[in-house]
Amino acid sequence: MTVIGTRLARQEDPRLLRGRGRFGDDISARGQSWARIVRSPSARGRIRAVEAGEAVGVPGVTAVVTARDLPAGLVIPVRLAVAGTELSDFLQPILAADAVRYVGEPVAVVLGEDPYACEDAAELVGIDIEDEPAILDARAPQATVAAELSRDYGDTDAAFARAAHVVETELAIGRHSGVPLEPRCLLAVPGQGPGQDGLDIYGMTKVPVWNRDLLAGLLGLDEALIHVHAIDAGGGFGVRGEFYPEDFLIPWLALTTGRPVKWAEDRAEHLMAVNHSRQQYHRLAAAFDAGGRILALRADIIQDNGAYCRTHGVVVPELTAAMLPGPYRVPAYRGRVRVVLTSKTPCGTYRAPGRFEGTAAREHLLDVAATRIGLDPVELRMRKLLIASELPHQRPMTTLGTDMILDTGDYPALLKAALAEADRLGYRTAAAGAPEGRRRGLGLAMFVEKSGLGPQETADVTVSRSGMVHVCSGGTSLGQGIETVMAQITADALGVDPGAVRVTLGDTAAQPFGAGSWASRSTVVGGSAVHQAATAVRARAIQLAARVLEAAEEDLDVAGGSVSVRGDPAVQLSLGDVAAAAAPASRYLEPGEPAGLSARHRFEVSHMTYPYGAHIAVVEVDTGTGQVRVLRYLVAYEVGRAINPMMVEGQLRGGVAQGIGGSLFEEFSYDEDGQPQAVTFIEYRLPTAAEVPPVDVLLSQDAPSPGNPLGVMGAGEGGISAVGGAVANAVRVALGLAGGVGQLPLTPARVQALTKAGGDR
Amino acid sequence: MKDLHQITVTVNGREHELTVESRRTLADMLRHDLGYTGTHLGCEHGICGACTVIMDGAPVRACLVFGVQADGTQIRTVEGLAHGDELSDLQQAFSDEHALQCGFCTPGFLMLAEAYLAETAQDGETAELTAEQARELVASNLCRCTGYQGIIEAVRSTARSRHRR
Repeated sequence: MTVIGTRLARQEDPRLLRGRGRFGDDISARGQSWARIVRSPSARGRIRAVEAGEAVGVPGVTAVVTARDLPAGLVIPVRLAVAGTELSDFLQPILAADAVRYVGEPVAVVLGEDPYACEDAAELVGIDIEDEPAILDARAPQATVAAELSRDYGDTDAAFARAAHVVETELAIGRHSGVPLEPRCLLAVPGQGPGQDGLDIYGMTKVPVWNRDLLAGLLGLDEALIHVHAIDAGGGFGVRGEFYPEDFLIPWLALTTGRPVKWAEDRAEHLMAVNHSRQQYHRLAAAFDAGGRILALRADIIQDNGAYCRTHGVVVPELTAAMLPGPYRVPAYRGRVRVVLTSKTPCGTYRAPGRFEGTAAREHLLDVAATRIGLDPVELRMRKLLIASELPHQRPMTTLGTDMILDTGDYPALLKAALAEADRLGYRTAAAGAPEGRRRGLGLAMFVEKSGLGPQETADVTVSRSGMVHVCSGGTSLGQGIETVMAQITADALGVDPGAVRVTLGDTAAQPFGAGSWASRSTVVGGSAVHQAATAVRARAIQLAARVLEAAEEDLDVAGGSVSVRGDPAVQLSLGDVAAAAAPASRYLEPGEPAGLSARHRFEVSHMTYPYGAHIAVVEVDTGTGQVRVLRYLVAYEVGRAINPMMVEGQLRGGVAQGIGGSLFEEFSYDEDGQPQAVTFIEYRLPTAAEVPPVDVLLSQDAPSPGNPLGVMGAGEGGISAVGGAVANAVRVALGLAGGVGQLPLTPARVQALTKAGGDR
Repeated sequence: MKDLHQITVTVNGREHELTVESRRTLADMLRHDLGYTGTHLGCEHGICGACTVIMDGAPVRACLVFGVQADGTQIRTVEGLAHGDELSDLQQAFSDEHALQCGFCTPGFLMLAEAYLAETAQDGETAELTAEQARELVASNLCRCTGYQGIIEAVRSTARSRHRR
């Protein structure tokens, strides 16, 4: 019996429940100094002077570093380049030298013996800035356009010319982001390695090998001298672990001062320093024939990227444009993107980047179109969903440098199953009965996700002489439960108990070829590499056991941690004994054969795999206060194959909670001077248990992915992708709007305005 | 001149004597002076609740209490919940109900729920926690990973099993 598909308790849980996790700030080094970043108080201006004299005088402070102390000209490059864009003029320096471009931009660093003293001193660093007017609207003509790109196919103009119905909507998505509960933290320890010229680093997650290699280049250090250690991370969601200015500063300070340097940001810093995301303006137009079938779709997207292009470059709006046609049969499409710089914190990816935004815009358009054409929203979608026999379906576009081939599935069947489940759970009844002063609505949104981005992931699987199995994967743990997933995959492929598997993730010494955890790739790509490495170890174990047992390889099987002869279970050899038989100088090794029971495997894949789903929300709107409550929420999701259904459901439920935040509560707002107005958890409102309803999950495993040996599709993002669309559609129904809601998040003030406007948008 | 205080505090039954600056928070004192790093700091302004510990029986945000205020008190942190190798019933329920993902907020939720369950048991109130009561309790703290449902279920199932005992 395979352990894949079981609701195995997580290996991570005991240490985390006991308070024995090792998070960033839990790790210190003897003799360390502390760093505090001094950040720009101004949204836009020229730096006249940085005065550090008073700060240096604070007892316990050892140094104040500004841009003048750094190697000149360093900028943080783009990790994910999109062909045809050139962003080198818009990259972020490590410390601002001449100009500041957003509140929170690093300008100086205070080093000292004690974090309290450093924080005191940071407040004494005088930054003299000649202010210039902040640019806060990405639609303003004076804003710099960093890039323009398009994703097109077919003749949209001809299709619009012969359309029976043309429907246009606008939807703006608010600026919000991942906001993991653990702030960022870094510790860099110099003087490591045999030559004492190496660096140990704690706190780089997500893409540690990429960050290591970039850091090595910036520091002029051999990359193998930098050892990024794997530690626990308090949530990632896309933002944690990208290369930020601090990721150069802290290691550089450690090398320069010859002492370990530690930095832990506070929440206010986090909210103005870590990648923002999501803020985009979408204008969509769809052409329909008389029967309500879509002929063509146009999308114009403006992204408010903030002050600099960071490591993600322009992939968020690129993904928006490329994924916008979604699960539908769209004969012609034209997506245009303008990436605009403003005086705000720069942007990056946040869970389901581009899909949360684009799905909301498209699904809202479809509901408005259904009203205009006089069709039921479900019927309208059913007419246009790609059917099973049309898959795989190649869209003549690329995204993330890969050809878009919607690989497998049955979209209409999943939508029908979702609607039946919602009916069974009483959603329609719940949506019908609103108390006095309230209105209720049921909203639906359908989506296609993407997952399993290549090009490769590498895994090592080694059996010790005790029989324990050690896995080193290049995936990283951000709290998603990937250790347990890898243990289950290994146990299944190798024939051992998952409790005998120990998984090391994201340690650059243990796995120097890792590509990291992002784009819902760890289980799909990383898991496939682990599967293949474990399968190779199994084959090697059988080969060696055949020599020891003097049996034929084809008569041997591995189960329960032992190799045994089929039909004669008394004759067996534990995997630990096989490992011993593979030890150096073992007589079972043939000349030239490498010692050890171990395998490294690289899984390569050139196409992504596309999971899909439907979200259904029932909301209640208080027409007096404008407050929106989500009463019921269903996610139906095709995942191909669930390694651990409990964790897939957990991913989906957590995603919904974040999606509700972005749809109703969370927003990085700015005043007219560009001062951020959401710098604490009072103003930046994460949903609590009072705002998140129980989430019903319909987990489908009907369409195994053809692109990997496990048949899996990514599970990390399908919980959030369609929340904006489902909630916007439900609120629109509740308020009886003829047009769209125009803007997310649907804060009480905006809902009140929509209620007054009476649906005339 | 730093304003220093000599204090005595008992953490998970073990007495510590130490010197703290008057402005040092209980959270920093527990984490960095005494090594109880299971208490986590998510916001340092009393909203997220990740730093919740039990001080003389009551749940407190350790970021909003100064270390010097803990002089003479009994503090319980997440490290004090398990019985040797065995997780407490509440900890086990969190694992069973998949009430944690990254685990950063988890110590705060555990200490919040532990204090609540102990208090209601002491008051002789029914430990049959309704879903609404559990949701209200859990709404005290922030979690960014789970969507809260597992946490609510874990607290309720622990309340039920303790009630039966």
